[in-house]
Parts: sequence; structure tokens; C-alpha cells
Amino acid sequence: MKLSVLAEKLALKPVTEMCDKEITGVYISDMVSDVIANAKPGDLLVTVQIHNNVIAAANLVDIAGIVVTQGKLPTEDVRKMAEKAQIPIFSTDLSRWQVTTMLYEAGVR
Amino acid sequence: MNESRWSTGEPRVPWEGAEILYGESIRIVGDDFEHGGEAAAKIKAILKQFGLDPAVIRRLSIANFEAEMNVIMYAQEAEMQLQVLPDAVRVILSDRGQGIPDIGQALQEGYSTATPRMRQRGFGAGLGLPNIRRNTDEFEIISTPGVGTTLRYTIHLQG
Repeated sequence: MKLSVLAEKLALKPVTEMCDKEITGVYISDMVSDVIANAKPGDLLVTVQIHNNVIAAANLVDIAGIVVTQGKLPTEDVRKMAEKAQIPIFSTDLSRWQVTTMLYEAGVR
Repeated sequence: MNESRWSTGEPRVPWEGAEILYGESIRIVGDDFEHGGEAAAKIKAILKQFGLDPAVIRRLSIANFEAEMNVIMYAQEAEMQLQVLPDAVRVILSDRGQGIPDIGQALQEGYSTATPRMRQRGFGAGLGLPNIRRNTDEFEIISTPGVGTTLRYTIHLQG
């Protein structure tokens, strides 16, 4: 499923320039070492942990996009870094659990 | 000063005198969280140019990221040296830092000495060295408390 389609279905707010990609899976974690070891290329990362080391890790393992939950927002530096790496970041006020159920309902299995 | 050593994997290529097709050295500065992950990213870009198997690039990138963040969190500075060999890629990372008093303990999954500040950033899962071990074919740690640590790890390109 395309990132743009998911973003619309879940009413996710883009906080970086959009760069549409195909999402092939989802990984949910706030531990950076867990993300880099276990997330798969093409995954959508759902997290509350958003800083430059997370973007670096996401880029190293080819994560397609990031959803930041609980209304958290990345800093300007982090946004720029994500744009350079072409990893779109979306923000939502929802919790990780709410996002997870909505992703499932939207057809990401 | 007691140097301790630990290693796993069968060494296929000697550390000295191997044919190096390409070498690169990248400096990492302690406490520089802002640039954490950039050395690993540079190496990934280099390996992509070499057209290496994406699975090898992924494994080395995971190891490099963990090794780089360890320097940022626990050492003053280090040089991350990449060596592309005919049948392997390897990294030698020598830091000046606090060293590892008990390597066996540090290798245990879940064991961490991360500070609250590191944990707040999502580190401290106790997966750093285990992630390096899991993603490499040869891995050696040489550490002297109060002096520093050298990590050497290799991924074989065939077989």
C-alpha cells in the first residue's frame, strides 16, 4: 500500500516533504537498537522516539516512512535530515495502539 | 592495565597483510549524538557503489551503527576503518575511552550501562554488542579499562 493512501486513511499529518513509497510492513518500537536490528526494508516505523539517531538508523535499514504518535513533533533539524534521506515523517495524536489497529483495518497485514 | 580479549567466528583473512581493494577511515567524536549514524551512512553509500549484496550491506550497517553509537556514548573518539577485501568486508574501530571491564557481561543481551540520558533517546536495550555479534561472521573485542576498546568485525562475501 502506498504511503499517501495510508496517510489519507489514517488522517496522518505530514511534517516533512512527501515522497511517496510502497509500504510492505510495519514495525513498532521506541528502542533504536531494536529498530535497526529487526525492522525490514519497506517497513513503516511507528514510534514516539524521533531524533536524528532514529532517522540515521531508519535510513540504514531502508525504512519507508515514520509515524510519530502521541502528538510528538520532530525538530527542524530532524525534519531536514529525514527529507534528505527521503523518509517521510507523519504526526498523529493517536497512540501506537490506535495507529496499529487502524493500519490493520486499512489492510496492512 | 589489564587488556582483555574476546573473539568469535573462524578467521579467514589475516588482520595483517591482506589485500585491501578499498580502504576508508572515518572519525567519530564522543558525545556527538547530533551526528550519530553518519559514519555508518557513509560506509553504506560506499558499499552500495561497490555493488555489494544488499544483505551484506544491511548486516554491516547494523554493526556499524551500533559500534558508532557505542563510541558516541562511551568513548572520547575513534577511527572507524573500512576495508573492502576480495572476499570480505571488515571494520576496525579503535577508540580512546573507558573500555569494557567485563566483555562477557557486555555481550549479554539486555545488559546495559546506559545513562538515563541515553535511555531517553531510546538506547540502553542492551543490544549493541549482541547486534554486532549477530550480524558479523568474525568479531573480536580487545579492551583495556581506562584506555580504550578495539572492535574488529568481518562479513564474508561468499559461502
